[in-house]
Amino acid sequence: MTAPVPEPTPLSRAPGVAFILKKALISALVALVLFSLMIGVRTEAGPTGQLIYWTRFGDLAAMVATVFGGSIVVELLRQWWGPVGTVRIVPPPMQNALAVARRAIAPVLLIFTFLVPVIFYDQRYILDLGILVLTYVMLGWGLNVVVGLAGLLDLGYVAFYAVGAYSYALLSTNFGLSFWVCLPLAGILAAFWGVLLGFPVLRLRGDYLAIVTLAFGEIIRLVIINWQSLTGGPNGVSGIPRPTFFGIPLTPGDDGLAAKLGIEFSPTHRIVFLFYVILALALLTNWVTIRLRRLPIGRAWEALREDEVACRALGINTTTTKLTAFATGAMFGGFAGAFFATRQGFISPESFTFQESALVLAIVVLGGMGSQLGVALAALTMIGGFELFRGFDQYRMLVFGIAMVLLMIWRPRGLIGHRAPTVFLRHSQPIVSELVREGRA
Amino acid sequence: MSEPCILSVDHLSMRFGGVVAVNDLSFTAERRKITALIGPNGAGKTTVFNCITGFYKPTSGAMRLTHDDGRNVQLERLNDFRISKQAKVARTFQNIRLFPGMTALENLMVAQHNALMRASGLTFLGLIGAPSWRSAEKHAIDLARRWLGRIGLLDRADDAAGNLPYGDQRRLEIARAMCTEPALLCLDEPAAGLNARESAALSELLLSIRADHGTSILLIEHDMSVVMEISDHIVVMDYGVKIAEGAPQDVRDNPRVIAAYLGADEEEAIAVMESGT
Repeated sequence: MTAPVPEPTPLSRAPGVAFILKKALISALVALVLFSLMIGVRTEAGPTGQLIYWTRFGDLAAMVATVFGGSIVVELLRQWWGPVGTVRIVPPPMQNALAVARRAIAPVLLIFTFLVPVIFYDQRYILDLGILVLTYVMLGWGLNVVVGLAGLLDLGYVAFYAVGAYSYALLSTNFGLSFWVCLPLAGILAAFWGVLLGFPVLRLRGDYLAIVTLAFGEIIRLVIINWQSLTGGPNGVSGIPRPTFFGIPLTPGDDGLAAKLGIEFSPTHRIVFLFYVILALALLTNWVTIRLRRLPIGRAWEALREDEVACRALGINTTTTKLTAFATGAMFGGFAGAFFATRQGFISPESFTFQESALVLAIVVLGGMGSQLGVALAALTMIGGFELFRGFDQYRMLVFGIAMVLLMIWRPRGLIGHRAPTVFLRHSQPIVSELVREGRA
Repeated sequence: MSEPCILSVDHLSMRFGGVVAVNDLSFTAERRKITALIGPNGAGKTTVFNCITGFYKPTSGAMRLTHDDGRNVQLERLNDFRISKQAKVARTFQNIRLFPGMTALENLMVAQHNALMRASGLTFLGLIGAPSWRSAEKHAIDLARRWLGRIGLLDRADDAAGNLPYGDQRRLEIARAMCTEPALLCLDEPAAGLNARESAALSELLLSIRADHGTSILLIEHDMSVVMEISDHIVVMDYGVKIAEGAPQDVRDNPRVIAAYLGADEEEAIAVMESGT
């Protein structure tokens, strides 16, 4: 006697046509509300400054119809595909390969970075882009100390970048100090301002801290704009000396490095030199941060992010712990600022807007708070990707925004969300992001 | 010979606006003894703890801690982290406050912050990897390893604290407090949520801490089996005042205590007791 073969029952009953239509209709309605002003009405300033507008209802209808159709397609696809799991999308053998790739990515990236000036020697654009990316990698690593490790949400990081840049610019133009003397001074001054910012915000956490740091960033910028006698106000500081190769200028003259080495002068030398300077600075930031994480101060930062009350119960001075986090982060920001000033040769308050703070914070959040590799990858994606989308012209921001949203859906805790322990007895195993707190409590 | 009391609380009062959480409470905790603070919910036990460990500033009263060398510390004059750092008072929390995203070992390393901070030359010696720092770090890891062994978590040293079972988290929190090498260990309901077997293991751990380290323990606990088994002295609170104190046996038979726990009048409690015996 054979038992009747049971019908394979679906895990969950697929929703019917009515459900799909309802969902699509809601999406279309939302699209209609959103796009009616953005696309439906086009406004422009006329030749005499009056308002000119015309309607584009055809485009609007097309947009809403696309959303309606797209919603149905997405819902059908979802039903056909079933529940999405990592195992389903990526088969295990490929996951193993990915794990190997993940371990190899940091050294490969580092070696590649070292070789960039060699490979792309003739491509000034790529070298400039590389310098820009490395500057943001360094800024990201610096902010990572404050946001990623200590869990203090800082929206005014650009202030320290500005302090560093203006420190170098003013010290070199007024007193003729060289870049290598000013670099530590810029770091110290930025750290000093970091401590100053730290004092009033010691009691604040999360959103409130974010607001005060945001204001701090603006205050610094406004002071720079208005203190004309010192900073030159909106005109900025120009004629900032270029860095020298430890005293030897990179100029076409007889005392220049090219003449001393007996090679033909090329302006690319200086770009390559700048590239290696920022690479060294970024690697210094990375090395110090990795080192600090394994020291009691770094562990105290992370403990502070996890639970401030418990820290106090363990005799950790939360005041100095927070201030050192602010100061360390600010110092790296100051270094980056000094480098920025010497690379540009000209700085003005326009370079230090809130946009910069937001960009650096986005890099840290996108990379995965606390992860050095994640921040580097995020800086590469954000800055490099932004350049990549240049071809899309006016849709650049749109494409970029969509990419960010998708990434945050796929990886809500950043590219590298897990946390690596700082010390272990047997084997170091990553800690899943769900357990790691973000310091917003 | 030093004074027998490690902690003496004198006329401690704590008011929150109109609410009097602790009212004129005085008691002492003896050196190398386990003193339990018990009472019904809302009696003000945790408030007393928060005053002793510096999380609250008492409205009035004094708390004196006497170290083995005769050094006196007035706890009401110190605030938050200094209580642990200078007065050597460690505490655990009613709702566990581990660092969930850090491993068990890291939790114990954070607890040794002040000692390690000195050893790392305020970070600078550590940054250059000085030998003195390295040996201090090794020493700290050894201490953490010993404690992990004692609480039976050596196998899970590299697991995130937030991933450990509840009972393990409780014990890890005690070990973390002990890693600060305290003179007085304050435990806020360490047996809450533990099963009978885990409670027994906890009692054993606390007794061994007292025996091996000479640490005095102040304990808030609702689990009477634990309290009665390990306490040398019990202080009973209700509505912010002390209603009884003494050896476990005396407290157990005290009609006022029974009345407080049963929420009944004293006479009724006596009646209940008499009918029971």
